[in-house]
Amino acid sequence: MKQLSPAGRARYFRRQLIDRLMGGLCVLAAGIGLVLLGLILWMLFSKGMGGLSLDVFTKTMSQPGSGGGLANAIIGSILQVGIGAMLGAPVGMMVGVYLSEVGKESRFASVVRFVNDILLSAPSVLIGMFVYQIAVLPFGGFSGFAGSIALAIIAMPIVARTTEDILRLVPQAYRDGAVALGSRENEVVRKVVLPAAFGGILTGILLAIARIAGETAPLLFTSLGSDTMSLDMTQPMASIPMAIVRYSNTNYADWIALAWTGAMLITVGVLVLNILSRLSFAAVSKQGG
Amino acid sequence: MMATPAAETAAAPIPTPRAAPVQAPRVTASASPAVAAPTRIAIEHVNAFYGQKQALFDVNLSIPDNAVTAFIGASGCGKSTLLRCLNRMNDTITGARVEGQIRLDGVDINSPAVDPVQVRTRIGMVFQKPSPFPMSIYDNVAYGARTHKLAATKADLDAIVEKSLRGAALWDEVKDRLNKSGLGLSGGQQQRLVIARTLAVSPAVILMDEPCSALDPIATAHIESLIDELRKHTCIVIVTHSMAQAARVSQRTAFFHMGKLVESGPTDQIFTAPKLEQTQDYITGRFG
Amino acid sequence: MNTSPANTTTIGTRKFHPGDSAFRLSLLASGAVVVIVLLSILTIMFIGGKLAFDTFGLGFIWGTEWNPVTKIYGALPAITGTLITAALALLIAWPIGFGIAFFLTEICPQKLRTPLGVAIELLAAVPSIVYGMWGFFVLAPFMSEYVQPWLTATFIWIPPIGDSFFWFTAPPIGVGLLTASLILAIMILPFIAATTRDVLQQTPQLLKDGAYAMGATRWEALTGAVIPSVRGSLFGAVFLGLGRALGETMAVVFVIGNAIRMPDSLMAPSATIASVVANNFPEAEPGTLDLAVLLALGFLLFVVSFGVLAIARLLLRQERMS
Repeated sequence: MKQLSPAGRARYFRRQLIDRLMGGLCVLAAGIGLVLLGLILWMLFSKGMGGLSLDVFTKTMSQPGSGGGLANAIIGSILQVGIGAMLGAPVGMMVGVYLSEVGKESRFASVVRFVNDILLSAPSVLIGMFVYQIAVLPFGGFSGFAGSIALAIIAMPIVARTTEDILRLVPQAYRDGAVALGSRENEVVRKVVLPAAFGGILTGILLAIARIAGETAPLLFTSLGSDTMSLDMTQPMASIPMAIVRYSNTNYADWIALAWTGAMLITVGVLVLNILSRLSFAAVSKQGG
Repeated sequence: MMATPAAETAAAPIPTPRAAPVQAPRVTASASPAVAAPTRIAIEHVNAFYGQKQALFDVNLSIPDNAVTAFIGASGCGKSTLLRCLNRMNDTITGARVEGQIRLDGVDINSPAVDPVQVRTRIGMVFQKPSPFPMSIYDNVAYGARTHKLAATKADLDAIVEKSLRGAALWDEVKDRLNKSGLGLSGGQQQRLVIARTLAVSPAVILMDEPCSALDPIATAHIESLIDELRKHTCIVIVTHSMAQAARVSQRTAFFHMGKLVESGPTDQIFTAPKLEQTQDYITGRFG
Repeated sequence: MNTSPANTTTIGTRKFHPGDSAFRLSLLASGAVVVIVLLSILTIMFIGGKLAFDTFGLGFIWGTEWNPVTKIYGALPAITGTLITAALALLIAWPIGFGIAFFLTEICPQKLRTPLGVAIELLAAVPSIVYGMWGFFVLAPFMSEYVQPWLTATFIWIPPIGDSFFWFTAPPIGVGLLTASLILAIMILPFIAATTRDVLQQTPQLLKDGAYAMGATRWEALTGAVIPSVRGSLFGAVFLGLGRALGETMAVVFVIGNAIRMPDSLMAPSATIASVVANNFPEAEPGTLDLAVLLALGFLLFVVSFGVLAIARLLLRQERMS
């Protein structure tokens, strides 16, 4: 290396110093961030495991000190998340197919895309208030069904976005080949494009389910939560998030323990779904070759 | 309808006689027969546009049956555009527009009374990049037959699949793995699978857009001998940027330049004694 | 092949195929559903809150008093709380998130990149109620026992601002703007890190190689070559994070204290629009002004979120296109 002047050497070292310093700060940042988040998760799991027992899954919510569990909340969550997904995912898929295969770059498609992106990131508390006004007030009461609708509205844009993204990745050659064989537009989509994108679409649906499984605010306004075991979707329905809210703001140790356990259960569910969706995406990408 | 397709010229200057003979490419044994086959596709006064840009200018051409017609010319000369007009694939491109008549056995395929889907079952297409569907080999070949309900029973479908795979010279290689993915085959095999898929709907015409340009020489040779077999019963139109291939495989050749048909005629005539200097220049590689 | 109908011409005449139109129509309808949902949300929220706007007029937005007893409601306390917590949260979370993103894309050893990246994305998926609980049970007591007394003691010494500067002095309750902002910051941290990392990763390698070829250090390559080229997307990611922070409910509602008054200290209990709505909703009777003001607040939040998200989208997509 050519010899630098003293001023040049000084400059060089200063630049290196800045680089090292900034790099160090970034490592520090990463460290702080990850450690902090790790701490939170660790606390979640240690407190959650502390309250974990078979009773959590078998006993219904009950008064403090009487040895209750979260069974009805778990069932309620599963029902509402399941139905919400069943309502929101198909609509989301259709929107995704529309945007990728039919609308493409048209004006209306651009509008739909824009609106979808807004809905995707809209505060879920507002979705809850909206559904309150259309599905709770007119029908005279909170219901599990209203909760499902709110969750469906949250799930739909996620599925739409992931579906469109994955469909765009399907090679145009497949579509051309199908058209050249005399397929109609809907046949091309149904028989060639959608099957080719199936894994990716599934991934999107799993991600949407993971998202709505953790949502609390919308349920506040729609299904409210309940203490009883019930499968009746037309009545207020228990859910884990609502149980957590109810149990947290109290002084009863066993209720608080259950709240942590509930939070842990949701988090585990969400993480598992996320990991599953990644695995399914990887598996399908390999197969598609 | 013309008895013998004559060599056609665009508005051209007086053709200069050739001083030295052009080096004749090897002409295959299946050179044009003495008796000409009937015209399968008649292209009359065809102009094609992509939006405002015109891609084809007043093209007139006859494509004979039971023969291979090759479209040659430099990149962007319009040969692929014309090919795609023949099965109305350009319908899928927004802003694409075709004027003029393209008749298959006398019926104008662009007439509003004609269903483009039906056109595509009579005129099949094989693309440059071999792209079997991400399905099993069986499902690939059966796709068209299922779509158009050509088989009443499973046995019928099996028969169609086998016949098509034999017709594409692929049966022996895949008969034991029909339910494996089509994507697991080699490039040449994939292209033959695509040809089998096309054959399954029994088209009258097969269009091929540079079918070998993504393949190695051995696979190319296989495809070319397959084409030679197929043309005995089917009308084939092939776009190719390889003149050697055109010379090997086709009986008639049409040379395009900048959207115009410059010259067309029997392959051996085009390659040994082209009527126009422009054709001559392209053949000998002076441009394009 | 010759025996097939191939040799004769019949190309079928064009028939009406209901399959195609039904297909297109149903897909178009689904697109319309999306638009209708958004328009419905805006409309219904406005209608629901109309009573509030009728009663207080546009002054509702700058009204500073929120009194359920006298039924005088003003949105400014909630709006102020929302803006302060979101801004503070971003201020804290963004540098750290950016640092994490830079770490992941440049400094981190290759083998660790994927696992750590996945870890960040999984952390971004953790439900916000978990952060809320942690904040309530862990952070708030910590703040009240250690941090807040320390802040009060420190800042009260600074003569000019001393007593008159209430922002860092207040009874150490633990809940309040500061705690809420911290929790919010922690919650959006993984999200910011992940989106910023995505933006940085989009930079073409050629750009970075060019910088390195001229002898730039990693930091200089980043600030000189990468950031200018993705500046729009980086801002887009910030706005996206802002959008999330503005609307976040569960992380905030446990630790903000639900005191609906104009904040005079970072450590005093306060409120955000989301927390006001969530906390007061159970008591609000349908048809009353109490409910209408909540819905009006929701409408305001939606309008602001809409604007922020639209800007974010514009910035992000613009750069994706080019």
